[in-house]
Amino acid sequence: MSNDQIENAVTVKNVYKNYGDVEALRDLSLEFPKGQLTSLLGPSGCGKTTLLKIIAGLLPATQGEVLVNGQPVNKPGPDRAFVFQDFALMPWASVIRNVAFGLELRGVNKSERESIATKYIKDVGLTGFEHSFPHELSGGMRQRVGLARALSVDSPVLLMDEPFSAVDEQTRRKFQEDLLNLVKNENKTFIFVTHSIEEAVYVSDQVALLLPRPSRVSEIIKPSSFKNKDINSIRKDSEYLDTVERIWKSLRSYVE
Amino acid sequence: MLSRSFFLKILSGALIFGAWEYAGRVGVNYALPTFLESMKALIDMTISGLIFQAYADTLRPLVVGVLISAFIGIGIGVWVGLSEKFDWLISPIFIIMQAAPLAALIPLLIMAYGIGLTSKVFVVCIMAMPVIVLNTSVAVKNTPSSVKEMARSFLGSRKDVILKIIIPSASPVIFAGLRLGVSAGFIGAILAELKITPTGVGDIISYSRMTADYPSMYAAIFSIILLAVIFLNILEKIEDVLFKGNNQGYIS
Amino acid sequence: MYLFGYRLPGMSSLILWGLLWEILGQMEVSFFLPPLTAIFSTLGEIYNSKAFIRALYETGYSFLAGVFFAVIIGIPTGILMGKNKLLDELLLPWVNTFMSAPLTALVPVLMVLFGFGLKSIIITTTLFAIWIIILNSRAGVMQINRSLVDMANSFGASPIDAFIKIYFWAALPEILGGVRIGFIRAVKGVIIAQLLISIVGFGALFELYSSRFLMTHFWAVIIVLFALAFTLSELLGVLARKVDYYASKRN
Repeated sequence: MSNDQIENAVTVKNVYKNYGDVEALRDLSLEFPKGQLTSLLGPSGCGKTTLLKIIAGLLPATQGEVLVNGQPVNKPGPDRAFVFQDFALMPWASVIRNVAFGLELRGVNKSERESIATKYIKDVGLTGFEHSFPHELSGGMRQRVGLARALSVDSPVLLMDEPFSAVDEQTRRKFQEDLLNLVKNENKTFIFVTHSIEEAVYVSDQVALLLPRPSRVSEIIKPSSFKNKDINSIRKDSEYLDTVERIWKSLRSYVE
Repeated sequence: MLSRSFFLKILSGALIFGAWEYAGRVGVNYALPTFLESMKALIDMTISGLIFQAYADTLRPLVVGVLISAFIGIGIGVWVGLSEKFDWLISPIFIIMQAAPLAALIPLLIMAYGIGLTSKVFVVCIMAMPVIVLNTSVAVKNTPSSVKEMARSFLGSRKDVILKIIIPSASPVIFAGLRLGVSAGFIGAILAELKITPTGVGDIISYSRMTADYPSMYAAIFSIILLAVIFLNILEKIEDVLFKGNNQGYIS
Repeated sequence: MYLFGYRLPGMSSLILWGLLWEILGQMEVSFFLPPLTAIFSTLGEIYNSKAFIRALYETGYSFLAGVFFAVIIGIPTGILMGKNKLLDELLLPWVNTFMSAPLTALVPVLMVLFGFGLKSIIITTTLFAIWIIILNSRAGVMQINRSLVDMANSFGASPIDAFIKIYFWAALPEILGGVRIGFIRAVKGVIIAQLLISIVGFGALFELYSSRFLMTHFWAVIIVLFALAFTLSELLGVLARKVDYYASKRN
C-alpha cells in the first residue's frame, strides 16, 4: 500500500458508471504512475472522456473509487488540473485573466496571480499576447492559453481531454513535441485522452487501450526503447511503427 | 396516461386561473371579475352567437391586410434580396419602419382615409409588412453561395437559380416572417378597432367597459388573445412540419 | 451599393427619399403631405414649447420606467428558468402565450384596473418588453458551453463564483439581444398605450394636432419619434455586437 502511494499518482479502483440503463464503464481499474504520461486510447464511445471526468471529479462514479496520492476523491481539487478539448476559454476575458482564472478562484491576489500567469504565458510562448482576447488568437494559440492555465495552478496531476484534436496537423505535431519536453522537465503526472493511435504511442510512457460496450481496459502497452531517443527520430523508429500497427490490429474490428 | 409536461401545463394553467379567480373573489379591484364569471360571459356570448358576428368583423381587415402585406412584402423582399441597387434604395425605409412606433401614424390614416375598412386595412399593413419584407430579403441574401454556384455550374439559368434554389432555400425564413407578420397584424387589427371605430371584438370591449359589464369585457379580451395564440401556434406547427425544425425566424 | 467606384453609406438613400418628399410636398400633391422643409421649420418652433417638452418627458419617463421593470424582472426570471427545469415548465407556456398575444387587447383592462394615467402606460410598456427578455435570457443560459462550466468546476468554483464569473457573461450576448428587441417593442408599446389612453404624452399631442388638422406639427412629432426610436435601436445594436464574441460557441 505504501509502495503504491509512492509509485502511482492516480489509482482507479473497480469503477462503474451507468447512465440510466446504459453501462458506460464496467469494473474498470487502472494505475497511473507518478511522473509519467498515460494515454487513454480507444474508439469513440469507449468511455475514455467519461473516465477522465470521473478522475477530475466532474462526474460521480456509480461505484468504485479514485485515489489521488492515496486519498479517495469525488470532487475537483487543487491536486488536478484539466485541459479541455474545446479550450474552454472565457471569450470575454483577456489571455492573462484566462490563465490566472484558476488562481483567481482560489483567492490569490491580483498582482501575485498575474505575475504567476505571466511566467506561464512566457513558458507556452505567448509573451506579447497577454492582453489579447481569445477570439483574436488562432486555435493553436488558444490551446496554449488553456495549457498555461492548467500549469499555473501547479497541480501534480494534469488531465488532458483530446487537447490537440481541435488544432491543425502541423500545430498538433509541434504540440506533441512540446508535450514530451514538458513531461521530461516538469515532475507531473499526465493523463491524456486521445483517439489518435500515432499520437498516443508518440507521447506516452504507457498506453491504456480501452474497448467499448461496456468499457474496459483491454491492454496496457508500455513503449520503451524509443523513449530516450531524439525527438526527431521517434516517428521512424521501428518499435514505434510496430506498436502503432499492433494497436491498429486490435482496434480495427471495432470500427463501424 | 398523463405525461409530466402535460401535467405541468395543466398545473401551471390552474395556478394562474386559480389566482385570477381568487383575486376576483376577494375583490382586489372593483373592475376585476372572477375567472368563472368571465368564462360564463364567454359561454353566453358563444351561445347567443354574438362572438362569431364580432369575429367576422374583426378578422376582415386582418385577413385583407395580411394578404396584401404578404404579396407585396414577399415581392419587395425578394427583389431587395436580389438587387443591390434596390436594397440600397428600399431597405432603409423598412429598417426604420421596423424600429419605429408605426402606431403613431394611425391618427393620420384616420384623417386621410376616414374611419372605415380602408384605414383598418392600412393599420394592419403597416404593422405586418416590415417584418415580412426584412425576413424575406435576409433569407434571400443568405442563400448559401455554394448551392447557387452548384446550380450555375450545372448550367442553370438565372430564373432556375431564383425559382429552384433561392426561393426554396429561403422559404423557412420567409414563412417565419409571415408568422411574425400575422402576429403584428393582430396587434394592428385590435388597435384599429379600439382606436378608429369600435366594431367586432373591439366593440364588445368598448361597450362593456362603458356599461361596466366587466365579465363580458374580460371574456372578449380573453377570447381574442386565445384566438391569436392558437392561430399562431398552428402556424408554428405547420412551419415545423413543412420545414422539419429548420425554422429560424428573425423575431421583431 | 457603389456609384462611380465609391461605396455609398448604408442609409444614404434616405436623402433621396427626403428630396422626393420635398418635391411632392412643394407640388401640393396631398394635403396630408406637407413639404419636408415646412415640417422642419415647424419642428424648430415647437421643440421648446411646453406641450412638446411635457409630452417628451412623460413618454421618456413611462418608457424608462417600463423597460426598467422589464429588465430587472425579466433577466433574473429568464436565468432562473434556464437553470430550473420545473420553473421552466411551469412558466414557459405563459411566456410563449404572452409573447405572441396581441397585447393591445390588454390595454382596456389596464385602463379600468389602474386608471387613465402613467401607471397603465408603464405597465403596458413592461408587458410589451418583458417576454422577449425572459426568453432570450433563458436561451442564453441554456446555450452555455458545457465545458466552460466544467472548467469553473474543475478549479473548484463556488456556485456564486460560477454565476457571477461564468453564467452571466456567457449568456450576456443573448441577454443584450433580448434587451435590444425588448426596448424596440417597448417603444411601440408606449406609443400604443398613449394612443389608446390619449390624454398623456404624445397621445394627447396627436389628438390636439389631428383635431386641428395641423399637418406639419403632426409630421414634426412623428419624425422626432421615429428618429429617437431608430437611434435607440442602432445604439443597442452596436452594444450587442460589441459583446457578440462572448458567445463561446464560435470558439
